[in-house]
Amino acid sequence: MKKAIGIAKEYTIFFIIIILGIIFTLGNPSFLTWKNVVTILRQSCIMGILGMGEMALIIVGGLNLSMGSCVALSTVLLAVMTVNMGVPWGLALIITILVNVCIGFLTGVVINKTKIIPMIGTLAISNMISGIAYIICNGLPISGFPTQLRYFYQGTVGILPMPIIIAAVVVILMGVVFKFTYFGRRLFATGSNREAARLSGINADRIVVTAYTICGAMCGIAGLLMLGRMGSGAANVGTTLDMDVLAALVIGGVSMMGGEGKVTKAVCGIVLITMLTNGMTLNGINDYVQKVVTGGVFLLAVVLDSYQHGNFVLMRHLKPMNKEEKANA
Amino acid sequence: MSNLLEIHNLTKTYPGVVALDNFTMDVRQGECLALVGENGAGKSTLIKAIAGAIQPDSGRIIFEGKEYSALTPALSMEAGIGVIYQEFNLCPTLSIAENLFLGQKLSSGPFQNEALMNKRAQEILDRFKVEGLKAGMLVRNLSTAYRQLVEIAKTVSRNAKLVIMDEPTAPLTEREVAVLFRIIREMKANGTTVIYISHRLDELYQVADRVTVMRDGCYVTTKDIGEVTKDQLISYMVGRELNKNFAQRSTQTSEVLLETRELGGNGVKPFSLTLHRGEVLGLGGLVGAGRSEYAQLIFGARPKDCGQVYLNGKPVEINSPEDAVEHGIGMVPEDRKLHGAILRMSIQGNIVVSILKKISNRLGFVDAGKEREAAGNQIEALRIKTPSAAQLVGNLSGGNQQKVVLAKWLANNCQVLILDEPTRGVDVGAKQEIYNIINELAAQGKGIIIISSDMEEIIGITDRMLILYEGELKGRLERAEYTQEAILKIASGE
Repeated sequence: MKKAIGIAKEYTIFFIIIILGIIFTLGNPSFLTWKNVVTILRQSCIMGILGMGEMALIIVGGLNLSMGSCVALSTVLLAVMTVNMGVPWGLALIITILVNVCIGFLTGVVINKTKIIPMIGTLAISNMISGIAYIICNGLPISGFPTQLRYFYQGTVGILPMPIIIAAVVVILMGVVFKFTYFGRRLFATGSNREAARLSGINADRIVVTAYTICGAMCGIAGLLMLGRMGSGAANVGTTLDMDVLAALVIGGVSMMGGEGKVTKAVCGIVLITMLTNGMTLNGINDYVQKVVTGGVFLLAVVLDSYQHGNFVLMRHLKPMNKEEKANA
Repeated sequence: MSNLLEIHNLTKTYPGVVALDNFTMDVRQGECLALVGENGAGKSTLIKAIAGAIQPDSGRIIFEGKEYSALTPALSMEAGIGVIYQEFNLCPTLSIAENLFLGQKLSSGPFQNEALMNKRAQEILDRFKVEGLKAGMLVRNLSTAYRQLVEIAKTVSRNAKLVIMDEPTAPLTEREVAVLFRIIREMKANGTTVIYISHRLDELYQVADRVTVMRDGCYVTTKDIGEVTKDQLISYMVGRELNKNFAQRSTQTSEVLLETRELGGNGVKPFSLTLHRGEVLGLGGLVGAGRSEYAQLIFGARPKDCGQVYLNGKPVEINSPEDAVEHGIGMVPEDRKLHGAILRMSIQGNIVVSILKKISNRLGFVDAGKEREAAGNQIEALRIKTPSAAQLVGNLSGGNQQKVVLAKWLANNCQVLILDEPTRGVDVGAKQEIYNIINELAAQGKGIIIISSDMEEIIGITDRMLILYEGELKGRLERAEYTQEAILKIASGE
């Protein structure tokens, strides 16, 4: 029984999704149709892929707020290379992903070497990348790229849309990396206590830079899907992606303290955020109200995360110190 | 002379340790009383009790005739007690004046009267007769010595009647020390009473009127400084019954395992050491003498300035803990919770963290079977008390946490183990178990370096000892030469 309660607590997010689903369906029966479910999943894909990269970073104690800009840059690069420069789409795709890998790697190196706060550092880098994207496309959207590129978002294999397959592969791959490889273990150890990990013989710097690099690769892949979704390469796409991904991950139990997170729950968080928007739209709730609601949910999730880790200021004062804390005081 | 402060039967216990044991002492009005004692004698606990930072279990504190069973920081400050800790409590981005009057209101209304504040601050600073100390200067631009003066000025601005200084001269140069002593004498002349804590016995003769010795949380004696020699002080400090519970061990061999040649850096002047197989080597000295710093150099946790480490006679390049671990060196750091254990991870996760690569296949997948086996073996071998290997390390007792940190290195089959304060914050039973483990490891032919502030422990468990004082090697002792007096004498820089 105790175990059952534990599991129920662990997967609260799963029940929230079901309850929300019921409410949305009661409000508008077309919410729970095969077509709409596939739509939600398809819309979750870009966030899902980015989320896996960001998750690696948050686990290791980092953060990347330049993913939205990188996605925009990717769409622009793909479009410019294929439309204006006549580069074959396959090659353009490889170059784009490589560029993103490099950006991720450099970001990691800069953050690590200078010891700046990742949030501020990546925010600055985000602006730079966004600027570069605007320079390349001159601020104008570029369309008319090869249909093969569009296929990655619009195409289907049997009844499954292509983006869902790509996202599923990425999610499963990262899930395996997190759980079963020594890199994954080191990621968690470093995020949980970086100095202890370093003194255990782990090259913490290398682990962190690798996480940023992985994050970069994810931005490239997400950029490909974004291009297919928008139908043109543009520097102004993905502006809200960073916040949405972050919100989804925190809701999905990836702790901002580092060292903690489960792929299954993170995916639930991502689906929940997408579903929230979708459901509210189907129920005729206007965009502005939606913004308030999703922001509120994000805030709530962060507060819960903080509370669970004993950093909730108010609670800390109310709770008497335990013996050990007294001894250390 | 009347007593400003009287302490009666103060007792404070922490799990496994009696920090203050029925402690009684008095401080006279207007004197400078020196407080001395070994590492862990209970000086810090005593200061914290007087400052109100901790509440004693029993006993009374009488300050200016008023009795307190326990002080709070606010009560203590209000009563006129000021404490200058080794770690300063200053806001570096604010000016000296702002720091002096932090939390105090000089004028009514919502606006701070900056001119008045600066004037009052400058008046206090001028009393020190130190050139170039201006009230408007930012604290972050000040040297350590000046920051300390600001701390002292802070107590003056609050009209403190009793000022307690914890090792004030540790970070100062000789000239700065002279200035500090002049200021202490002036404070005394103005009627302020000073409690002065220092490991440097020479200094006491320059500045103190009386000296109180503590040992193991107990009061030993109080003497006028003129009536007592340094040797007598040392014998008061160490007169401890030695526990004979340490097992005799004769595992020492002549085979050299680890050697450092003129290794220096990280605040330690270069020196060499040799560690044999089956040997337990002690690094002795007072807290802050550079023992941990030297250990960090061997382990590659901090960059070295010079020197070379040899393993089994061959030079090895150790520039990071990663290198050290690869060469079979393991370190149990001083701060278990911050640097040793990963508290939010499982026991198993902690134990295998150093061998992840070894138990993974070529694709990088960790072999779950080997992982369980490695963790299980160590849990059994070190008798770690836990219902399961999945238990979070943060939920374990101090002793079991320390065993997990040790297990991490034993799983990696380390040949050299550096243990920095291995039994700190560990209860008596677990302490004995850790000693047994150390003896077993020595018997297996491993080399062990132990840093300990516990005199009893370092005498009991080590075969040889190197003693440091202020970042410098001051003496080497063989087991036969061990006496508490000899050790403390070298550790105090005599």
